[in-house]
Parts: sequence; structure tokens; C-alpha cells
Amino acid sequence: MTVLDLTGVTKEYPGSPPVRALDDVSLSVDRGELLAIVGASGSGKSTLLNIIGTLDRPTSGQVVIEGTPVADLSDGGLAGLRSARIGFVFQQFHLLEAITAVDNVATGLLYQGVRRGRRRALATEALERVGLGNRLRFEPPQLSGGERQRIAIARAIVGDPAIVLADEPTGNLDSHTSTDIVNLLRQLNDDGSTIIVITHDQDLAADLPRRVTLSDGRVVDDDAKGVIS
Amino acid sequence: MKKNATDSRSRSHWRSRLLPVDAVVTGTHGLRSRKGRTLLTAIGIAIGIASMVAVLGISASSKADLIAEIDKLGTNLLQVQAGSNLFGDSAKLPEEAPVMVRRVGPVENASSLSRLDTDVQRNQYLDDNNGLDVLASEPELLDTLDGAMAQGRFLDTGTTALPTVVLGSVAAERLSIRSLDGGPTVQIAGRTFAVIGILESLPLNPDIDRAVFIGNEAAEDFLGAEVIPTAIYLRAIPEFVEDVRAVLPRTANPADPSEVNVSRPSDALEARAQVDENLQNLLLGLGGVALLVGGVGIANVMIISVLERRGEIGLRRALGATRRHIALQFVLESASLATLGGIVGVGLGSAVTYTYARRQDWLVDIPVPALAAGVAGALVLGALAGLYPAIRAARLDPADAVRPA
Repeated sequence: MTVLDLTGVTKEYPGSPPVRALDDVSLSVDRGELLAIVGASGSGKSTLLNIIGTLDRPTSGQVVIEGTPVADLSDGGLAGLRSARIGFVFQQFHLLEAITAVDNVATGLLYQGVRRGRRRALATEALERVGLGNRLRFEPPQLSGGERQRIAIARAIVGDPAIVLADEPTGNLDSHTSTDIVNLLRQLNDDGSTIIVITHDQDLAADLPRRVTLSDGRVVDDDAKGVIS
Repeated sequence: MKKNATDSRSRSHWRSRLLPVDAVVTGTHGLRSRKGRTLLTAIGIAIGIASMVAVLGISASSKADLIAEIDKLGTNLLQVQAGSNLFGDSAKLPEEAPVMVRRVGPVENASSLSRLDTDVQRNQYLDDNNGLDVLASEPELLDTLDGAMAQGRFLDTGTTALPTVVLGSVAAERLSIRSLDGGPTVQIAGRTFAVIGILESLPLNPDIDRAVFIGNEAAEDFLGAEVIPTAIYLRAIPEFVEDVRAVLPRTANPADPSEVNVSRPSDALEARAQVDENLQNLLLGLGGVALLVGGVGIANVMIISVLERRGEIGLRRALGATRRHIALQFVLESASLATLGGIVGVGLGSAVTYTYARRQDWLVDIPVPALAAGVAGALVLGALAGLYPAIRAARLDPADAVRPA
């Protein structure tokens, strides 16, 4: 079943001349996939991440998430879609400093209107899944980079989203820790999560089952379909 | 473990929701994670609120004291005095004036006083200009004035014809008579009078405090004075005070009503309360300025906070917060920051009021509505101050906000 379908997605930023960050990108992702969107700086990865994550809208083309055309949704509707169906993992973790690991993970359910007791219970489960069952009460400054990224991953999966979007998840980590994180993502994928990793790291991408290569805003290679252009 | 709550829901139910309790917790997150800044920012509001509460509290306490005094005096006490005639000579009231005044229906009781043209000395060797009046008086005067004795007793039917005197509080002091021990006496027009009582000070009746009272009969018998009333004090039924006041000049002196002055001693106290109110408004205005500055301070800090917390805002948008949720978070944060300042300020203002009023020996009157208004006002001010920063936060482009700056 297709969870994400992009058709002819183009994004232009105004200016003179306008900057075309994405040019006629089409991409389809099935449930349970683990893929890398790989490209150099300026290839349009970040723009694509924002559009898949519904943080930004395309200039033209269509984005369909679990059968729902994103263009039909209001700003509030997009927020609702993100709260329930999309989990984000960021390079710089974006954890809230003054609260514990459990409460950080629980914020993944905050905007779904889940009660606090239930949020914490689900957050504890998610932290156990990422191997941090022994760090529940720790605050981010007390934890290592790898542990913080695990918290961020737990926050992304706690609501059981349709898509987990990981933006350079190993960008701030050493190589050993990076391997751990990639293994964790594989393990979560084995458990059924659909995960899209956005990265400039060819080695990391090479480890993943499917690679979509971006260059100058176009998809130049997609393992699932072969070379496009 | 898997949960399928979202899967079982219809797609159209993807709705971003923030429970009210979570909105409050989220709205105070920023304050809890930056405690030092929170305190410093709240101080501005606290000072503004504290000064306003203190101004209200201190003036309320001072007013409570005045009102207690007015109550003690009674607002139904009226004073009728002989004024001056067309030629500027001091007039006298007709001899029958006290009787006429007592006949006015709503007059509860009345007593006349007659100023005697003589002076009083401690003994026959002195001739001080001590400024004391000798007043011939009726025994009812004490009741009419609602006065109290510091020592001894007032003139009564038994002593009104004897060579005895009662001293006002100031008169006693000036004559150096502090107690009745040893049977003190005074000299009036070369005659010796025994002191049988000393009055407590009467608020707002300095004339009484400065007087030496003798009975009407004694004045006639021992001083050969002609007792013609110069003043009448009277109590009217409270509801009819104004009516009585209106008819008094004609009643007391039908021949020359214009030569009669009628006054109400409590008016002077009320005028004092009024003056306090003007000062209070000025001070409240100053407190308001302090509060406004505090509000601007909060707005500034909130704007800086929005700039610093771009990442958090982006994260929350990515986690599904709507623009409204973000705006609400910052408005609540600003409002709770100001409310904290308001609570501290109310406490501080109450403490200042209490300490000051106790030092002045006033009744402590901390106006509860002012306390509630102080906290509520701070909350509203904080919400207003947070509005603009909150709108800026809500307008941040989520895609930009999640990127490292």
C-alpha cells in the first residue's frame, strides 16, 4: 500500500530569477519501506523533506499521504496530519532541555490531545524500544549525542506514524554512534515503520534498501525504478 | 507494542488538539526552563502592582481610620454658633435659643455653651495668656458630644451650682493638671474652683479641648456672669440632619437668621478624606506607569524569547501544533509571567501596607478587591504584552524554523 505519492512536484522560491529547488519530482513510497533520499548540498533534499513533511507546500504538482491529497488541507488540517501521521527526526535533535526523556518523547503525542498519563505510558514503551528504558528520568543535557538522537527517534515513533522522516539523523554523531542509529532505524523498519532518511552521506545511503538520488532538484536515480534521466 | 487508535479513526479526524491542561503546562514550560530570567522579568510587574496595592491599602487604612473617627464623632452632630452682625461685632444667640432648638422634632438632644468674658489661671499669682476659654455649660453637653472622661466626672445637677470646673484635655495640660489627686483647683476671676473632672480629647472639637467648663448656675452665682448662649451642639436623627440644618438659623435666632452659623464637625474629616483621594489618584497613576513599563519589559523579553526558540517553535509545528497553539503558548507564557509578578506584587504591597499602617497606629485595611484586581490586571497586561510576540511566533515558517539558524 502506498503511503506517500509525489507527482510532478515542483517548488520555486521567488526572486529574480526564481530559484527552482525541486523540478518535476515524482516519488512513491510503500508502507514498510526504508529508503534514503540522497544528494549533495543544494540538491533540493531539504525542500523535498519539507514538502513530504507538509511543512511547506509545492508550487505545483501533487502530494498524497495515505490517500489524502495534501493540497486539500488547511494549515490546521496539515498540523493535524503531522501530529498523527508523520514523525520527524532532526539532525540537531530538537529536544526540550528542561524536561525528562519521557516527557520529551511524550510531546510527540501532545498535539493529538492524548492525556498525560497515557502519553507517558506510550513514551516509556517507545524509549524501551529504542533501548533507553534505563534513561527515562534523565534530562537531555545529561545524555550523550547518540542517546539524545534515540530520544528524538522515540518521539518520532511514539504516535505510530505512517511515515518517519529522518533529516540527516547521523549528521551530528561520530561514526560508531551513527552505525548504532542506522541499525536502530533498520530494526524499527523491521517492526513495520516506514522510514525515509534524508542524507548527503552516500555510505549511509548505501546501507539502506532503497536510494533516491537528487541532483539540482531532480530525481536522477531511484533504485525502485532504475535511472530516470 | 502497537496501537491502532489512529488507524481506526476516519482520516477526516486528523485534527490537531491540545488539551487545556496541556496548554497551561506548555505555556509555562519556557518560564520553568529559564528561572532566572522569569524572576527578573516578573519583578517589573511586581513593583508596579506592589506600589498600586500599597497606595490603595495605605489610603484605605488611613481612610478607615478617618471613618472610625467620623463614626465616633457621628455625622449627626451639628453646631450652631453665633456669627457676627452687619457691623462685624460678634453676635449672641437669643437666650431662648436652646429651648427653641430642642423643640425641633428630629433633634435628639442639644446643649448650649456660653463663653464667659474671663480667663482661667492655675493660681492667683499667675496671669498667663494661656488661650483657654471659660464656658458655662449644661450637664447634657457630655452626652451631646458623645465625649468621655479621662478622669473624674462631668458637671451634673449636683455640681452645676457649685464652684467646680471640668477641664478639656488641652486645658488640663496647659494648666499643668494631670490628675485629680490632691484636689487641684483653678482661679477664675479671683475665685477658686475645684477641678472635678478632665475630658478625653474630642476629635475635631479643639474648642472643647481648650475649654474649662463650669455650670450655668455657678457662672451666675460666683462670677456674676449673664449666661447668654454663644454656641449650641445638637444631635439630630441621622435621616433628618439636612432638614434640621436648614431650619436651625431661623429657629435659633428668628430675628436675625443670618447671624447664625451652622456647621457639621464631621464635614472637616470628610474633606480630609477627599484630599487623600486626590493624592491617592496621583500615586495610583505613578503605579500605573511602573506597571506599563513592566508590561513593555515583558513584551521585550517575549520577543527575544521567540527569536531564541525558533527551533522549539519549528519542532512543535512539526509535532502537529497549529499556529493557534503556538500563539496560545506564548500568550499563556507571557500572561503567567505577569501573573507571577502580580502575585508577588500583591504580597509585597500588602506587606508594605500592613507595616506602614501599624506604624501609624491605623486600622489595617487591605482591600481584597484591589488584590484580586492586581492579579487579574497583571494577567490581562501580560496577555496583551504577549500578543505581538505570540503572533510573530505563530507566523514563523515551520520549514525555516526547524532548520539550524
